[in-house]
Amino acid sequence: MTQTVQSIVPANGEKSDRDIAGQEYLAFTLGKEEYGIDILKVQEIRGYETVTRIANAPDFIKGVVNLRGIIVPIVDMRIKFHLGEPTYDQFTVVIILNVAGRVVGMVVDSVSDVITLSHEQIKPAPEMGTALNTDYLIGLGTIDQRMLILVDIDKLMSSAEMGLIEKIAA
Amino acid sequence: MTIDMSQFFQVFFDETEELLAEMEKLLLAIDVAAPGEDDLNAIFRAAHSIKGGAGTFGLTDLTEVTHVLESLLDKIRKGEMTLLAEHVDAFLVAKDVLKMQLDGHRLHTPVDQEAVADARMMLEALSQGGVPKAAPTASLDIAPRRPATPEPEQGGAQRQFRIELPAIADRDVDAIMDELGLLGTISKETLADKRTVFTLAGNGSADEIIAICSFILDPNDLKITEEPVARQMTAAEAKAAQEAAQGYGFFEPLSPTEQQAASKAAQEAVQGYGFFDNFETQEMKEAREAGKMPPPASPPALPARETAPAPVQEKKAPARREPDKTVHNSETTSIRVGIEKVDQLINLVGELVITQAMIEQRTNSLDPMVHERLLASVSQLTRNTRDLQEAVMSIRMIPMDYVFSRFPRMVRDLASKLGKRIEFVTHGAATELDKGLIERIVDPLTHLVRNSIDHGIEMPEIRRAAGKSETGKLSLSAGHQGGNIVIEVTDDGGGLNREKILAKAKSQGLPVSDTMPDADVWQLIFAPGFSTAEVVTDVSGRGVGMDVVKRNITAMGGVVDIRSAKGFGTTISISLPLTLAILDGMSIKVGEEVYILPLGYVVESLQPDPVDVKEITGQGRVVKVRGEYLPLIPLYQMFGIEPRFTDPSKGIVVILESDGRKAALFVDDLVGQQQVVVKNLESNYRKVAGISGATILGDGGVSLIVDVAALLRSSRQLTADESIFS
Repeated sequence: MTQTVQSIVPANGEKSDRDIAGQEYLAFTLGKEEYGIDILKVQEIRGYETVTRIANAPDFIKGVVNLRGIIVPIVDMRIKFHLGEPTYDQFTVVIILNVAGRVVGMVVDSVSDVITLSHEQIKPAPEMGTALNTDYLIGLGTIDQRMLILVDIDKLMSSAEMGLIEKIAA
Repeated sequence: MTIDMSQFFQVFFDETEELLAEMEKLLLAIDVAAPGEDDLNAIFRAAHSIKGGAGTFGLTDLTEVTHVLESLLDKIRKGEMTLLAEHVDAFLVAKDVLKMQLDGHRLHTPVDQEAVADARMMLEALSQGGVPKAAPTASLDIAPRRPATPEPEQGGAQRQFRIELPAIADRDVDAIMDELGLLGTISKETLADKRTVFTLAGNGSADEIIAICSFILDPNDLKITEEPVARQMTAAEAKAAQEAAQGYGFFEPLSPTEQQAASKAAQEAVQGYGFFDNFETQEMKEAREAGKMPPPASPPALPARETAPAPVQEKKAPARREPDKTVHNSETTSIRVGIEKVDQLINLVGELVITQAMIEQRTNSLDPMVHERLLASVSQLTRNTRDLQEAVMSIRMIPMDYVFSRFPRMVRDLASKLGKRIEFVTHGAATELDKGLIERIVDPLTHLVRNSIDHGIEMPEIRRAAGKSETGKLSLSAGHQGGNIVIEVTDDGGGLNREKILAKAKSQGLPVSDTMPDADVWQLIFAPGFSTAEVVTDVSGRGVGMDVVKRNITAMGGVVDIRSAKGFGTTISISLPLTLAILDGMSIKVGEEVYILPLGYVVESLQPDPVDVKEITGQGRVVKVRGEYLPLIPLYQMFGIEPRFTDPSKGIVVILESDGRKAALFVDDLVGQQQVVVKNLESNYRKVAGISGATILGDGGVSLIVDVAALLRSSRQLTADESIFS
């Protein structure tokens, strides 16, 4: 009985992996480049609202906002990676991410759509060519004529470079 | 005070009940062959906490039982004794006794004092530890009387009953046998006088047996005996049993006349029934002798002879059940809810208030004549929202007084018990603390206060000899400090003894060296099982308290710090994070930014006269306030803000005081004063220098709370650095 159940589950898992093909990614643009992040890390997408500046914080950390009672830091990726012009208007988009048990807002130029990529469509990232260090990349996703830079957002947001998470003193 | 105590009693009862339940759970789950150290420690801590709490409320009967329980547990925990199944049973019996005592205090249900005494005796006997000598028993026919009483925790255990039926028809005998067979393995034997005796091994209780038999015959004619499985008794045990039973119908010969004696035995059993708990001891000792628990279903060498007439059991059983019923009723008056749920509620209500404010703002522009009814509804909404917010906020916040007012009584009782003279003072009882934190700070504080009284403050003679006042001073204080709430227990006693702690640490095999800094040495007292007290009293000295303190506080995200000077006393300072604490704040404005200053630090605010602002070369500026020169801290410089004014005489300076040092904070404008809910910045971001937290303003925006203590420190550093460079 137990054995039967166990044998079914992995079979199903493999099947879904092959057929439904990989994962869904949220595509967004920064400057001229198009990026993709795992959709499951995205909590919501909001417009840009006034932030409260944090004194002596790096310039790419715009400040904090109140998200239904939670204080959420807002990071502007355009400033961080010197991509595009950081303008703030009614079209500026903030992707609220849920990474490493924390809630972080990320300002991008625009959000386009959600796309599904199979494993075959994801190629390893080359050593150069993007503003992001290849350590934080999952790979390059290709769909039709588009190319998406797939970002390991968990790794990026918890990196020391972003300075979002305090490193525990040894 | 007297009136207030009742509410604390209720909390204590709730807590104790929880602890007892927890203890029972752990005991039932424990692996006797290889008990986990953590489990043993957890059971021990539960017992210790109950003792501490009971001591606080002067419930000495609870303290007495827990003390013996604790002594035995301590031996097992330290490996001086091996945990045996009978220990676990004894602990469970003790737990029941405690529950009964607790209900006695809480619901005024009768407390069976004999059961209490028996449980204590049993624990003490086990605690003596000496394996009983295997002395020949007085007679093989002797076995202690054991009125079988249902005990919930033994429900799953195998028990063996001997059931003697009166002379009845064979058909009836078979019917009973069939029914009883459902409870376990049953065997039948017929006595010379045509009566039938069943031996039933199973997990049923005497009550169930009576219930089954009463369909066919009068329970009064029934004799049910729970039989000990191993029957070898030592002389000492027999004596103990005899004492406990006070000789009532104890030795009964095996004879057909037994039935005649039944009515007499019934009478006696009523008086002696408290004794049955004691029987456990004997059973346990026997089992220990054998080195293992006997197989549950093994037939006895000789059946026990005593009778436990049914009426006695019937009397007994309801008495035990009643409290449970009432407990259920009283529990419905309060519910315990997870902190996350309350947090979520508070956040949602906060959002609602903001949304409501927005609606109000929008409707203000409407023509009141045309939209009269809409406007009336909106104002109704405003009122309701405000009430809702107040109600929700009040769920969490409780003044420290709630905790502090428990102590005077405890201090007085302990002091008089130990023959010490202690003056007890509290400060900052109005400091509000999150309910979650309040509940969890009680136990650690109780331990710390007890420790201070027991070990800290010396006896009057010693104090006099040391040139101190005979009356020791113990103070308990609470207050906001920086981003934390700091609760301190201070005594002016003898202080910690460095050498003694180090020596003890070495003997326990802890990694220490003689050159360790004091602060590290003091932290050693938080190690589990660490105590430098030579005598273990029921007040303290087992080394469990500090372990609990540290564990509880760390769990709350707090830090324990000890400052001690030999001969001058000890201060134990608990620093808890501010999360969700409410703060009285003053909002100030610099440029376009609004910050909150904790009102506790604000002395006054004023606009200085230009002549009072002086420049000191390389040292920044100072402001003269009432003849005192205070360093001027321009907030716009600290936080890199574009200010409206750079001249202090055009803006406002707020005089702040922290740790006895004053400074003048230069800001553009004062906005107002309000209560704010402190939110943690670190949960999603990181610690920011000069900021202790954040709060959400009425308009939904975020405002940062200035860490005044850190600001004053860093400003001094700033000036110091500048003076080096200049």
